[in-house]
Amino acid sequence: MPPLTSNSAPPIIIDRTAEHIFFDIKTLSRKSSKRESEFVVAYLFNTPESQADMLRTVGVSSVEELFDQVPRELRLDRPLQLPPPLSEIELESHLRDIARQNVGASGQVSFLGGGIYDHFIPAAVDAIAGRSEFYTSYTPYQAEASQGSLQTFFEYQTLICQLTGMDVSNASLYEGATAMVEAVLMAMRVTGRRGKVIVLGSVHPEYRETLTTYLRHFDTEIVTVPTPHGTADPGDVARLIDDRTAAVIVQHPNFFGCLESPREIFAAAKQRGALSISVFDPISLGILERPADHGADIAVAEGQSLGIPLQYGGPYLGIFACRQEYLRQMPGRLIGETVDREGRRCFVLTLGTREQHIRRDKATSNICTNQGLLAVRATVYLSLLGPRGLREVAELCCRKAHYAAEQLTANTGLKLAFDRPFFKEFVLRCPDDAAEFAHRVRSAGDIGPGLSRFPTLADELGASAKNLLLVAVTESRTKSQIDCLAKTIRSECSSATKK
Amino acid sequence: MLVRDEEMTFMRNRQATNLVFELSQPGRRAAAYPACDVPARPLSELLPSNQLASQSPDLPELTEPDVIRHFTNLSTLNMSVDTHFYPLGSCTMKYNPKRHERLASLPGLVDLHPYQTEDAQQGMLAILFELQQMLGEIAGLPAVSLQPAAGAHGEMTALLTAAAYFHDRGERRTKVLFPQSAHGTNPASAAIAGFDCVQLKGQADGFVDLEELKAHLDDKTAVFMITNPNTLGLFERDIAKIAHLLHDVGGLVYIDGANMNAILGITRPGDFGGDMMHYNVHKTFTGPHGSGGPGAGPIAVRDFLADYLPGPIVTRTQLEGATRYQLTTPPKSIGRVRSHFGNVGILLRGYLYLRTLGAAGLKAVSEQAVLNANYLRVKLEDVLPVPHGERCMHEFVASAQKSKSEKGITALDIAKRLLDYGYYAPTVYFPLVVPEALMVEPTETESQQTLDDFADTIRTILNESPEFLHSAPHATPVSRPDEVKAGRQLVLRWKRHCARNGK
Repeated sequence: MPPLTSNSAPPIIIDRTAEHIFFDIKTLSRKSSKRESEFVVAYLFNTPESQADMLRTVGVSSVEELFDQVPRELRLDRPLQLPPPLSEIELESHLRDIARQNVGASGQVSFLGGGIYDHFIPAAVDAIAGRSEFYTSYTPYQAEASQGSLQTFFEYQTLICQLTGMDVSNASLYEGATAMVEAVLMAMRVTGRRGKVIVLGSVHPEYRETLTTYLRHFDTEIVTVPTPHGTADPGDVARLIDDRTAAVIVQHPNFFGCLESPREIFAAAKQRGALSISVFDPISLGILERPADHGADIAVAEGQSLGIPLQYGGPYLGIFACRQEYLRQMPGRLIGETVDREGRRCFVLTLGTREQHIRRDKATSNICTNQGLLAVRATVYLSLLGPRGLREVAELCCRKAHYAAEQLTANTGLKLAFDRPFFKEFVLRCPDDAAEFAHRVRSAGDIGPGLSRFPTLADELGASAKNLLLVAVTESRTKSQIDCLAKTIRSECSSATKK
Repeated sequence: MLVRDEEMTFMRNRQATNLVFELSQPGRRAAAYPACDVPARPLSELLPSNQLASQSPDLPELTEPDVIRHFTNLSTLNMSVDTHFYPLGSCTMKYNPKRHERLASLPGLVDLHPYQTEDAQQGMLAILFELQQMLGEIAGLPAVSLQPAAGAHGEMTALLTAAAYFHDRGERRTKVLFPQSAHGTNPASAAIAGFDCVQLKGQADGFVDLEELKAHLDDKTAVFMITNPNTLGLFERDIAKIAHLLHDVGGLVYIDGANMNAILGITRPGDFGGDMMHYNVHKTFTGPHGSGGPGAGPIAVRDFLADYLPGPIVTRTQLEGATRYQLTTPPKSIGRVRSHFGNVGILLRGYLYLRTLGAAGLKAVSEQAVLNANYLRVKLEDVLPVPHGERCMHEFVASAQKSKSEKGITALDIAKRLLDYGYYAPTVYFPLVVPEALMVEPTETESQQTLDDFADTIRTILNESPEFLHSAPHATPVSRPDEVKAGRQLVLRWKRHCARNGK
């Protein structure tokens, strides 16, 4: 088996010795093997005798007859072309084989960031999220049988308010990008303006792309403020805000890790009657001012940092909080406190009149299933860290990131791309194409240097974007790991010079 | 079986009744981080001092045992699939296999950064590619996007995809149609995707009224959204005709896949005329429901819509005998509908489920789900008649109208009293076409004995005193919360001063 810490490009050879591993619909054998019938019972609880008895009770002679209402000509006249079933042992070995073809954060020291970070997750978070009373229940429609979830979500809403300084938080949205889009849609409803939305070029490129997708059918002009120097000039932004502008979006710290000037930008937005949307990093609030301090009307975030694993893109957590006055325009579920018939404090889903199951096409959002279990994780994480823990994490990230920036630019030939204050992430300018540079560094050591793909940033930063490398440093990185990366980069650069 | 007050407090001690903020004690902490191993320069040297917070965040202070005991206690106040029969109609609360939890947490999967290089994520891409193929096959619709985070997100994504397709053809189609019995997400998603919504009344028997549908169809019609089997648990008998009507005017048919658990391997949305659909992986393919999410709502569409799907999707190339997977964006893509790939943790569980069952197992799931539903329906129909349909698919909608008029026992009374007996309640008062509706979906992972016991319990409840039932539940930690008060005197967060006034 290949070592987890494989530093060259991992082999992409798929093991085809075991026929069941990967299938291709076109080549899949159509014979239904005997094997399959053994597995039919995997998750069925009734014996053939019991099934026969049930059929008698229903008054049909076969299972087939139960499906009489499905017109015969619409039925599938062949078995589905799926790979054959696997027992638990086979499944586990299959998955372990596949998992080994990936390089996760435990297999390679990682400086990857870009909105998703390798922050440490205390074991207690997994322990609570692993309670099946949380993970196998659903939306708390029956409050009497769901107080565990309801109270936890009420606590979540409170924690998010405490963290951001905002007045109200919902019980979660999908993830950061859709939370930002929901904020824009809400700003349009609140302001009655649909003409223009202003977004800084330093906002996460995938968030901006998502916004563009959602607003495709509106005539809304999305104005992207260029940020060639890493941050926007508040004066430039202010000049763009007019009385057609529904919202101004600032990510702070931004996609490059740099600190923006949200206070000045939001003040300008307020003057023009546009809403201010803050995209924040929850961990940064251990040391940085809160969105409410900046004058944000709506604060949204990717909550992955709060005890949620990387897991290749999701599920994550969309944090959404706003000022009290916009409460009735909020998307998503809300939990409220009340009393039961005995006067006991308890919690229920409330203000459902905003939601799709009641308001249908007039609802504030179409969201139904949200990210409950991830909100549970964030609640436990914040409860564990408390004020001092969150501050410590933020300080560690900030100090280590600055140390890393210093080391990675000392005699390496790399330079900081932007001369701006940053929190836990920064951009380096490589001597040549960053992806190739990163590949060479990875090949030389057990270390992943950072994010070298800036797919949609080329428009903002021009052709030079391809030389940029985004480096994130969390509390989990150690000085020796940073030094090791610096050393590897140094030797890579010097050997490149010699060539 | 009235439970005495002192017993009722049994499940709720202070660790659970108090909020985490009320348990907080200054100076307590759970997490200790290592000392800073790099030069601990003052923050004011690193960051502009006017950007620094003047104080630490206002969060509760607790030890790890405080936190564990609090949330563990809270968890015991939930009913869940692992602890109770959970026949919540339309939600497919089937058993969530434990192997999925272990395998989705393997290193290389759970700790894989979304921006890891493509070389270092080939295994993950292989799984997702295979899942795309399997979902395409089960739908009979070949092109799949795994990006949507939940069913509603899938609906909206598919509608934006359809809009892009029409736009590309130079057609201006503005209307989305759906039956009255549709899930609320259908019109809400259509509105977000920029369409005008047209709601059809349907026939008295709950099916789509073809004449009514025809009257609304024209060259402005974009999409007809329909759940099939429908929300009454019945297979839409005219679905092929409906699809023909739509296709004749150039429109598309969207299948809300919430009820896929009834038809796996029996019939396919693509075969009965659907052009687009979403799956609810958390329902049909047993992603745990997580107290309300996460879900995953992948969509499958016909090949002529494939170019418009959101990116990225996984594609495969064979080069000199080596297989390679990559992320690609379809040529005319509507763009992303979220950041990163999708709710991969849930998609993985769906993948594991499909790999465990195979084709025959999957078909058996639907067969047993439909048998269980029909069995329970028959066991209950003399006391809780099912107004629509002779036979049901995977769920049925019973009416408590008879017990209401005869004894004053409502659907809500039954639902609440069921909690006392250790059953989660069916979905109540939906769909609206059935008065006093109880929508029951047992799923395939329940035994005959469980269904018998459940049916017996309903009979017992219907013989209890109506007055006693009106104040049910009696054995739960709380009973009949005042929802009106919750909505009028909004308390959406804890505040410090409340604690002093509280008990």
